[in-house]
Amino acid sequence: MLTRRSVLGTVGAGLALAGSGWPKLADSRAAGAPVSPGVPGGVVESATMEALPGKKPLIRLAYRPPNYESPLDYLRTPITPNDEFFIRYHLSDIPDVDAATYKIAVGGDGANGQTELTLDDLKKLPASEIVAVNQCSGNRRGLSTPHVAGVEWGFGAMGCARWKGARLKDVLAMVGLKPEAIEIAFNGADGPAFDKTPDFIKSLPLWRAVDESTLIAYEMNGAPLPHFNGYPARLIVPGWTGTYWMKHLISVTALTKPQGGFWMNPAYRIPVGMFPVVARFVSQENATSTPITEIVVNSLITSHTDGAKVKAGNNTVSGLAWDGGYGITGVEGSIDGGKTWSAATLGEDLGRYAFRPWSFQLKAKRGKNTAMISATNKIGQTQTAALLFNPAGYHNNVMQNITLNAA
Amino acid sequence: MRTIVFAVFAAAALVALPALADEPTIQLKPGPGLDKVEGNCGACHSLVYIQMNSPFLNAAGWNAEVTKMIKAFGAPISDTDAKDIAAYLAANYGT
Repeated sequence: MLTRRSVLGTVGAGLALAGSGWPKLADSRAAGAPVSPGVPGGVVESATMEALPGKKPLIRLAYRPPNYESPLDYLRTPITPNDEFFIRYHLSDIPDVDAATYKIAVGGDGANGQTELTLDDLKKLPASEIVAVNQCSGNRRGLSTPHVAGVEWGFGAMGCARWKGARLKDVLAMVGLKPEAIEIAFNGADGPAFDKTPDFIKSLPLWRAVDESTLIAYEMNGAPLPHFNGYPARLIVPGWTGTYWMKHLISVTALTKPQGGFWMNPAYRIPVGMFPVVARFVSQENATSTPITEIVVNSLITSHTDGAKVKAGNNTVSGLAWDGGYGITGVEGSIDGGKTWSAATLGEDLGRYAFRPWSFQLKAKRGKNTAMISATNKIGQTQTAALLFNPAGYHNNVMQNITLNAA
Repeated sequence: MRTIVFAVFAAAALVALPALADEPTIQLKPGPGLDKVEGNCGACHSLVYIQMNSPFLNAAGWNAEVTKMIKAFGAPISDTDAKDIAAYLAANYGT
């Protein structure tokens, strides 16, 4: 039986062989999946690297419904390639959608009319492109202390792509909205294995739905969307967590009353007042909980794994930072467990919704070094030092802390 | 009840991608109630969800998960089976 120690040990061995600080994939994968340190023991034992059609091997957390996360080494660039992008489904009846007969139904009691759009209709609308992070609401759930039930994601339930599609507001303009419209609801072609299980239906507040950046995307990094990322078209809600990014989009419904159902409440909720989020979803709020909305400011070291061997002296540590779309203004790194900090150099800026690469030089002393990282965004938000525990394990942006062993 | 569950399982297999036939076999720990876990839980999701969520739930935590599957997700599990499933999970995948 594989233990967490043996997995980490294998990753460490890969690092030592590579010398330059990059794990050798073949080595780390031979012993199991390179899971994030801190996930439940059951994940360490059960997760494996597995390639689904059209995808490179990803960390398989579950096959049905498919939930696969990207290993750290796929997250070293500000754009995540399509075949390395994570996969997340709630329900296991996932049809192979035929683009030729695919349609999106647009209407609802908050709309003046109704229509159906084919993929060609969508492509005839003015096209918009945006680079944006798609991060699962539950990214890093597996690192919660204490652990909470759910898909036990490590660091890799996220990716960043250049999305191309039609603006949702242009689609809504085709039917016209009534003044009473308050939310826009979305459904995808995927459904439950059992008909009593609630279908995955999500809504956005009207203001967010008609934002310039909200798209119905039919291209991802210049190619059609992979099947497992929502082919042929999905919703893109830059800055907001993945729960709103409906895959295989088949309906857009304007509502005059709040959308109900399990996936709006109690699912995907955060305690009122716990997190410093600006974007609110007022029509869904109650006294104790509110829907998760924008992504909290966060960063990830992708150049090294916890326990990696490095050389004594200067080393380059690098990674990614991102937030809910205010934009990353600074990243700071520490090599002494947070006693002293120095500014990282920010890399290519692909827009305020994108992964922002960064790197900093650290001087490792012989023995154990504790590297830490923290990002700040344009509105002055920073990461937390201690976990803000919540029952669903959302919004974990605790400053990452890894050990580097220098020899 | 098991028959109904399996009928649903078979119907799902026709449309689900990737094919259920390719599903990796998950061997859960042997113990009383395992057959009910495989028959009921496995109808809607891979059994790996059980391993993944271990070992950190206590008996009350596993009972809450089984209740959630019935109340929130509509799983057609009898009271007797639910009790046996929760007991199996607590005994084999609990804290």
